[in-house]
Amino acid sequence: MNKAKVILGAAVLGLMAGAASADTLDDVKAKGFLQCGVNTGLAGFSSPNDKGEWTGLDVDFCRAVAAAVFGDATKVKFTPLSAKDRFTALQSGEVDILSRNTTWTINRDTALGLNFAGVTYYDGQGFMVNSKKLPGITSALQLSGAAICVQSGTTTELNLADYFKANKMEYTPVVFEKFEEANAAYDAGRCDAYTTDQSGLYAVRLQMSAPDDHVVLPEIISKEPLGPSVRQGDDKWFDIVKWTYFALLNTEEAGITQANVEEMKSTENPDLRRLLGVEADTKIGTDLGLTNDWVVNIVKGVGNYGEIFERNVGTGSPLKIARGANALWTKGGLQYGMPIR
Amino acid sequence: MATQDVLPAGRTEKVSLLYDPRARSIFFQLLIVALLVLGGWWIVDNTIENLRRSNIQTGFAFLRGRAGFDILTSLIPYSSDSTFGRAIVVGVLNTALVAVTGIIAATIIGFLVGIGRLSQNWLIRKLATVYVELFRNIPPLLVILFWYQGVLALLPNVRDSYSLPFSSYLNNRGFYLPMPIWGEGSWLVLAGLVLGVVFSWFVARWARARQMETGQQFPVMWTSVALVVGMPLLGFVLAGFPLTFDIPQKGTFNLTGGTNIKPEFLSLLLALSFYTAAFIAEIVRAGIMGVPRGQTEAYSALGLRSSQGLRLVIIPQAMRIIIPPLTSQYLNLTKNSSLAVAIGYPDLYAIGGTILNQTGQAIEVVVIFMCVYLSLSILTSLFMNWFNGKMALKER
Repeated sequence: MNKAKVILGAAVLGLMAGAASADTLDDVKAKGFLQCGVNTGLAGFSSPNDKGEWTGLDVDFCRAVAAAVFGDATKVKFTPLSAKDRFTALQSGEVDILSRNTTWTINRDTALGLNFAGVTYYDGQGFMVNSKKLPGITSALQLSGAAICVQSGTTTELNLADYFKANKMEYTPVVFEKFEEANAAYDAGRCDAYTTDQSGLYAVRLQMSAPDDHVVLPEIISKEPLGPSVRQGDDKWFDIVKWTYFALLNTEEAGITQANVEEMKSTENPDLRRLLGVEADTKIGTDLGLTNDWVVNIVKGVGNYGEIFERNVGTGSPLKIARGANALWTKGGLQYGMPIR
Repeated sequence: MATQDVLPAGRTEKVSLLYDPRARSIFFQLLIVALLVLGGWWIVDNTIENLRRSNIQTGFAFLRGRAGFDILTSLIPYSSDSTFGRAIVVGVLNTALVAVTGIIAATIIGFLVGIGRLSQNWLIRKLATVYVELFRNIPPLLVILFWYQGVLALLPNVRDSYSLPFSSYLNNRGFYLPMPIWGEGSWLVLAGLVLGVVFSWFVARWARARQMETGQQFPVMWTSVALVVGMPLLGFVLAGFPLTFDIPQKGTFNLTGGTNIKPEFLSLLLALSFYTAAFIAEIVRAGIMGVPRGQTEAYSALGLRSSQGLRLVIIPQAMRIIIPPLTSQYLNLTKNSSLAVAIGYPDLYAIGGTILNQTGQAIEVVVIFMCVYLSLSILTSLFMNWFNGKMALKER
């Protein structure tokens, strides 16, 4: 990712950002749909399926926001963005929300004028090996002397060098410019291991000639918290996106699913009644600038966080990623929804 | 000027500056130079101003920073703690390595194929033609990918390596060779080699002088070979065989020990040399065919054998036609080596790209690219021009 270009773009577009009005919610309502920036194609996060519909965790998050705003999860249009132009697209108002497996860093939060609404996926850099060829390898610490395929110009390349240096291990870096070149070389057996973000490893594994032969090793050597972001300077819109994320977590915690959300409305539990907006004189939804049944709409549209996760990257998907750090805090994970009251 | 005095002879009439061709040409040349300078200054100034406005650090100070990434192969010691500057040097050396070896290989293959196209033998002639037409009409990037993904990737993995003589191994991690380790007294071997070369030169001089004097010939070629091979061997024996080999052993992932020629380097070298050799073959053929037929008849009439005639009459004349276009092919090969980035060979372009991404110093890195490729090309040109001067017809 070329920082210079981004900063330059940001500077130019900072002037144009005036064109993107300060009240995103009104703009989105006037347009009648939400414009969402996603990845051009990363299995499980955002990729078009065989019918040409966008699917994935990042995609469903945008649908959840659309459901909260319009009460209809289909009122959203997607803009596929490359790593290089993603921030420019958000700053210039081309998209209303950036939901493109983007790592939350201080530089992006400050210098690039973004606000991160939360962490929809806790990721980190990991390693994958071919268990058929290397049956004895169960840990990245056994990789001393291995040849490792990696993409050039990424933080991945630097993390890799640091990790092996810190653990006093030798390795042979085989560095490729493109994702596809690195994948092909690893599949051909040029390298013993492949390294990138763990979610990426699971996606790459699907493209191998024998996906079941490859195992992702448990070590995570860097922090890559991925989450949706919006432009700075519009707190109302920032709140909506942020609380959409918390609503997805809170409904999972409360056991509210796409299937049972209607019958849950008649519950006696005051906590859940408040969450679902059925308590008398509740103002939670209207304070946000939405309707009081905003949480019901979200869950009806896309399900709760757990359902989104399992459908796109978990057990219900080809990626088969374990919840791990993305489990709820009640189940030993890091996902913690702030209380809706 | 209605009335005009007739001018005395020897005096030209003074024309107004406007119509003086010399003044006009000087004026226009100055104008063009001024416009060029202004244009260049405007571009530079604009760049500096924009960089300043977007708070981007400029200058080459970043080259002293810690690189933080590792490199596949390096001719000099390098680790992720080295500076960006050192990483650039590693890239330059890797580019130079593949360019120099590629030029040598391409020249040898090119000359063989070029002479093959003129062979009397139908099969050799047709094979050489097919080779030239095949490689000349495929983009070099495809040739590189063909060697990398189509040939070397299909080799067996480390465990099932092809064992070659002298405990070498060939597998999809490259070519493993025993590494010679020179012990005590090895300088004798080197000294023998130097002496062998020096003696050969003296023998050649003496033989030429003798031939001029008496007309008798002396087998210079074989004597030189004997000297260059024999003298180091003698040194080797005198020093008491000071040579051991570090032999590749199978480790967990890989063969350890010995030396390893990486598949990235091999594919790039093979691709560049095979691709460029096709063009060199055509240049060689043109050079040989450019020597008039009468020269062949002339050396036959003198009673020279065809091998002597080729060596003493045809090739020296053909070289004058061959060398200038050969220089262009060498330059092409050097510049095509930047395609290495597609297969992960860490040449200057690949390493520079990584540095550009990590530091954002786009302008500085591109300036370095330009300077290095320009220097390499100019060095090649200078050498070839010197060689051309040596081969040129000496008019006395």
